[in-house]
Amino acid sequence: MINEILIMNGYGLYVWSAFIFTLVSFATLYFVIKNQYVKERNKFIVKFGTLNSERVSLAKSQGMNKEILSNTSSI
Amino acid sequence: MFKYFEPNKIFSITSKAPKYVLFLFIIVLSIGLLEALIFSPEDYKQGDAVRIMYVHVPSAWISLGIFSLITLLSIIGYIFKIKNFFLISKSLAPSGFIFNIIALVTGSIWGRPTWGTWWAWDARITAMLILALFYLLYLFAWRVFEDKDSVFKATLIITILGIINVPIIKYSVDWWNTLHQPASINIFTKSSIDISMLFPLMIMTAAFALFSLLIFLMKYNTELIKIKNKGLDRL
Repeated sequence: MINEILIMNGYGLYVWSAFIFTLVSFATLYFVIKNQYVKERNKFIVKFGTLNSERVSLAKSQGMNKEILSNTSSI
Repeated sequence: MFKYFEPNKIFSITSKAPKYVLFLFIIVLSIGLLEALIFSPEDYKQGDAVRIMYVHVPSAWISLGIFSLITLLSIIGYIFKIKNFFLISKSLAPSGFIFNIIALVTGSIWGRPTWGTWWAWDARITAMLILALFYLLYLFAWRVFEDKDSVFKATLIITILGIINVPIIKYSVDWWNTLHQPASINIFTKSSIDISMLFPLMIMTAAFALFSLLIFLMKYNTELIKIKNKGLDRL
């Protein structure tokens, strides 16, 4: 059964390489984009930390800034 | 209507959505892989090589769909001056490009056992390669131009020129004598593909569409945070 799935009547090499290429491409793109997201969010958090209290309250008045700071869980 | 597309309003949704989309994608992809690799039948002519169709065809469909959507959003964004549409287009492009590459590579792998060659300058394959170049140009334009107006104009021109290629890809099999077979799936007329193959194809298409949605959401959120980072500098 497993041999049948792997060999696929001689087409296994073609079929498996096509599927593996697709899944590896997915994983690569996912981690590249995730890395960009984490870098940008960390940059935001660092910048936010350097603001003085007056600017912090001004920045916090914008809903999206609060969302970015609260949404610290990874994707 | 366009006010609902304002980043500040939709960020609360787009920032939370990726984890749910990722979960759904993994489930649908798992079902699709089982169907495509184990449960679906082999083709009477191509044998098991037909299974490559389940990654090749959805990738080609989605890369064409994303490019068409990018063009539409760029045109509407330019006419109605909606900057967010350009941002949405920019966020869609990476997954569109990757699907284009997957379609080319898996098509090449499929070509070897069925046509006896890895590559042929067939009308559809060549047109898909040209589409990949347009995707590259589009992504490159966002890196090269720093001024917003220049990048909006450049990407609009690239997408308008590139969209000419999309009907060529679709109808090349009808217009010219190519290695590709005519379409087996038709929306308006009866499809010639059997339901036992159509079902896994649709599941895999749904999985790939979910993946492009996931990448879009992650990229879009990154772009929004990038803008907010610049906003903090100006405070």
